[in-house]
Amino acid sequence: MSVLVPHSLSDALAALADNPDALVLAGGTDAMVEVNSGHRKPSHVIAINRVAELRSWTYDPVAATVHIGSGVTYAELMESPVAELLPALAEASRTVGSPQIRHAGTLGGNLGTCSPAGDGLPVVSALDGVVHLASAAGERSLSVHEFMVGVKRTARQPGELITGVTLPVITGWQGYSKVGVRNAMVIALASTCLATDIEGRNVRLALGSVGPTILRCAEAEAFAATAVSFEARSVSVADARRFGELAAAASRPIDDHRATAEYRRHAIGVLASRLLRRAFPNE
Amino acid sequence: MSSVTGERIISGRIGDSISRPDGTPKVQGSYAFSSDLSAENCLWGATLRSPHPSARIVSIDVSGAYRIAGVEAVITAADVPGSPTYGLISSDQPVFASDVVRYVGEPIAAVAADHPETCRRALAAIVVVYEVLEPLVDPERAIDGSHPDIHPDGNVIRRQRIVCGDPDIVGDVVVEGDYEIGMQDQAFLGLEAAMALPDDDGGGVSLYVATQWLHEDQKQIAACLGVPLSKVRLTLGGVGGAFGAREDISLQVHTCLLALRTGRPVRIHYSREESFLGHVHRHPVRIWMRHHATRDGRLVKVEARMVFDGGAYASTSSAVLINGVTHAQGPYRCDNAVVDGYAVRTNNLPCGAMRGFGVVQACFAHEGQMDKLAAACGIDPVEIRLLNAMVTGDKLITGQIIENVAPVARCIRETAALPLPDEPVGGHDHDPMRLPGGAGRTADSSHIVRGIGFAVAIKNLMYSETFDDYSTARCRLSDGVVTLKFATSEVGQGFITIAGQIARSVLGFDNVVIDSIDTDVGSAGSTSASRQTWMSGGAVNAACINVRDQLFAAVAALHGVDPSSLTVDGGDIVDAAGVFRISALEAASGLSFDETVEYHHKPTEDLDENGQGNCHTAFAFVAHRAVVDVDPELGLVKVIQIATAQDVGRALNPLSVIGQIEGGIAQGLGLAVMEEIIMTNGRVRNPSFTDYLLPTFLDMPSVIASLIEEPDPIAPLGAKGVGEPPTISSTPAIVAAIRDAIGKPLNRVPVRPTDIIGLSAFPSI
Amino acid sequence: MSESVALNEQYELHVNGEVRPVRDSWLGESLLYVLRERLGLLGSKGACEQGECGSCSVLVDDELVCSCLVLAASAVDQSIVTIEGVAPIGSPSDVQQAFVDAGAVQCGFCTPGLIMATHALLERTADPTEFEIREELSGNVCRCTGYGRIIEAVQRVAVSRRDSGQA
Repeated sequence: MSVLVPHSLSDALAALADNPDALVLAGGTDAMVEVNSGHRKPSHVIAINRVAELRSWTYDPVAATVHIGSGVTYAELMESPVAELLPALAEASRTVGSPQIRHAGTLGGNLGTCSPAGDGLPVVSALDGVVHLASAAGERSLSVHEFMVGVKRTARQPGELITGVTLPVITGWQGYSKVGVRNAMVIALASTCLATDIEGRNVRLALGSVGPTILRCAEAEAFAATAVSFEARSVSVADARRFGELAAAASRPIDDHRATAEYRRHAIGVLASRLLRRAFPNE
Repeated sequence: MSSVTGERIISGRIGDSISRPDGTPKVQGSYAFSSDLSAENCLWGATLRSPHPSARIVSIDVSGAYRIAGVEAVITAADVPGSPTYGLISSDQPVFASDVVRYVGEPIAAVAADHPETCRRALAAIVVVYEVLEPLVDPERAIDGSHPDIHPDGNVIRRQRIVCGDPDIVGDVVVEGDYEIGMQDQAFLGLEAAMALPDDDGGGVSLYVATQWLHEDQKQIAACLGVPLSKVRLTLGGVGGAFGAREDISLQVHTCLLALRTGRPVRIHYSREESFLGHVHRHPVRIWMRHHATRDGRLVKVEARMVFDGGAYASTSSAVLINGVTHAQGPYRCDNAVVDGYAVRTNNLPCGAMRGFGVVQACFAHEGQMDKLAAACGIDPVEIRLLNAMVTGDKLITGQIIENVAPVARCIRETAALPLPDEPVGGHDHDPMRLPGGAGRTADSSHIVRGIGFAVAIKNLMYSETFDDYSTARCRLSDGVVTLKFATSEVGQGFITIAGQIARSVLGFDNVVIDSIDTDVGSAGSTSASRQTWMSGGAVNAACINVRDQLFAAVAALHGVDPSSLTVDGGDIVDAAGVFRISALEAASGLSFDETVEYHHKPTEDLDENGQGNCHTAFAFVAHRAVVDVDPELGLVKVIQIATAQDVGRALNPLSVIGQIEGGIAQGLGLAVMEEIIMTNGRVRNPSFTDYLLPTFLDMPSVIASLIEEPDPIAPLGAKGVGEPPTISSTPAIVAAIRDAIGKPLNRVPVRPTDIIGLSAFPSI
Repeated sequence: MSESVALNEQYELHVNGEVRPVRDSWLGESLLYVLRERLGLLGSKGACEQGECGSCSVLVDDELVCSCLVLAASAVDQSIVTIEGVAPIGSPSDVQQAFVDAGAVQCGFCTPGLIMATHALLERTADPTEFEIREELSGNVCRCTGYGRIIEAVQRVAVSRRDSGQA
């Protein structure tokens, strides 16, 4: 077994080139649970939480995008000014685990694990984020929708490292909701991110924990774009309910020991309609 | 290795809210829990557990484990030299399964090795061939005989009926209900841990373990090792909470066997997953009740049928059942009853003691019934409880007369009088953290409905049914220092604190030292059943009084005063006239005293075939009121406030009592809305803190408590036990509040979001 | 896997201001395991090994994290502070003393983690509201106290620091 702690991205990529199947360890909030229980026995570990290039975020006001390094923690995403640039991501970050988890867990790790319950993922999806990968052979970027393939499966190839994700700063209300039985440290039974783009006159809705990966709701989004008034920030109660029904219909939840599919579908409907009313509070 | 350190002399007498003597080491991280103990040359041990709820063991091949470097021993049932089984009431549980396994997690073998990871690999290398059998998981099938016996002792552990008064009487108002209580886990934070050191001659062992009852462990371990009691010495390792889960043997015999086999110290630490499987749980119960009342709400008859699923081994199921059925009426006057109760054996996880011990389940049902009666009679839920409230001199449905102080009406009135929260739903600032869903931002204030619920409980204290429950304490006074020795398990409840307070009050010396807690003194009984303040407090009190009386005799002889006129006043000894006064320190100078007392309570009786008999020792009472905010569309809940008035007799340390009340309410809240071990066909779905949810800071509300202090003349210090009552009526109060908010019946705990919304909890396939 | 565990790794950790060598270790050990079993720092406790209880909380580079989720060998060159580093034995910090005085300690298993979390909370927010306290400590589970006395202890420290001008 080997554990490497590179301090630069090039060192990290070189190490990964030597051991393409190495466990890439960021905050450890997913991976170490598996190591501690004996469910994962890595031969090689590359710890990337000391790679400075991955631990910062930058705002490009011209492009109106924020680039978030894969080592940026949830706690950092809850702080000003990035919290004001990406408020739904700040809200999602606040629901992750606990303060201890938020100080260690990273958005990059969330993407790497790609659990359908990953709290940051509905936000990245709703904002049509772009995921950046690098290897010793070069770099590539792809839409998060192509990156997230299935339950804990991504398009990342052996030897590749997630270096970060780029998210747009859009004008319009955005928010995140997550259903759990307890008020802290809870895995989402259902989650939603709603993001409204005033200039683009569209409404995006991403769903978590109700499919093999994060789902977008094309029909609901199309319906909302015509049903709401962007100028008046209004939507009728009936239309908000319809929006919820369409979102619920788009979900593909399963039964498990945490919740039934029926409950998850129901919860999505409620969350979606409530979020739309928050974004468009007038009637 | 003492579990109490600290150089500061803490003064403080009965009634003072002094801090605990082990507080400083605990906050600094230097307090030795059993998992912190180690020894030179110590090995790690680990346990191989059954993956099946029911199977025949065809073969066990341990040779693969021995091929791993670092593995020192592998043991199975064949290596148990003494009794192959153990158990608190009947010895029905194997040290290691040999022919069959009866629950998921049942131990089959154990290994000792140089590193926990080596242990894990060794366990993985042991090959067990099973013939999987269909598990018995439905308690009704254990009763109707449709499943073959899964144990030589049969599938019904015990049945008890209670018939009193007129079994055929019918009330003008009749309400009935079916109630279900899920399996709760004690989930103490201090995971199971023990260290065994073999004697040099290999004939005995010293065990350091976090447990609730040193002497009962000692007895069972010695029997399984096939050695005399004197060859098994137990010392209490610091205990990280117990709540009933440490009453049964878990890792004790395994650790000792590995130490004796290897000739080296061995320690075993359970993981959290293993802990969920490795100790007993609260019994899941199904209860049918039918209450009869007059039109104006007076109880006429209680009928009940209770089925306790005891899981694979008997543990204390028999006693839990008795608690459940004998408390069926609640703290209310009722002359007529027909109750039928079963404790059965299944291939589910073994169940046993958890704080509340059968009464939690009965109370959830009887309080649901009282609310139904209130609605049927058109009476306020608080009023109907006041109308029926017991007083001293009333009878249980077993015929036993309540001799204790019984301030039930006062509990109810004082609870109802405590102020309600003055903040509206969401608070004045509509902070999402104040709403159900919290940071998940699932709701706005407009989506939330607030409900209020009320519940009252009676709980027996100490043990029952002729069990000769006693506790031993030794008090030595020498050189102005009082040393107390007892085997009372300190599990966090604060007995070591009040022990010192008692000694200081009786003897007048500040300097009280608590000696090592081990088997070098007589048994203190179990830290359970809310009994230690009464029993071990009584023993310490009696031992200190004996020392004091001898000191008085010595003072009297030396100074020519009448010993019967002497009392302790602060730090002095004075006579009744106040003329003679001497400091206790001066009086004791050069003298030594050493007294050991065994304190017994009044004997109890068995129940006859109609459940009649004075089977319990004493009773305490409590009421709770819950304010709960509910999101009816999502089924999410936030408990906003719990108010309580508890009959404590006398608060020997009010701060400690508040700690027990708040902590017990948190466990009641957990059972009400989030805690359940989910089993499917005998398999545990959620053996981790990810999916077995404990209340966090954000789930637990503020508690306002009124301590009702009417000293009980029967209790040795006037003080009743306080640990269990907070867990009992808190749960039904919270559920009643949720019912009030949503206007729907709720019949099970924990309440799930699907129950609140009205969706099925189970998949439709 | 039936090969034996390689117990031959060595590295150094910076703990409580000292350089501490770690010898003959297995690389898969968590920081919690190494602190407790190799460095004799038994104050951090393990109650879940999943980051769900906070009993193992330590500071790594001034951030409160669960040490059970840190791979020890990856924590080289980071500044680690454990409960033992909060105050010398016998001279408890104001937070530690407040926990003792307010009845916030029962079994004590969660206590070291809570002390760490409380110090971290008060560093960030000198005068927290009750809900801020609850949220910042929500990663620390206590099974004994029901949290009431702990909140009282934290509030007492905040008031005391404010009154003595330390805030």
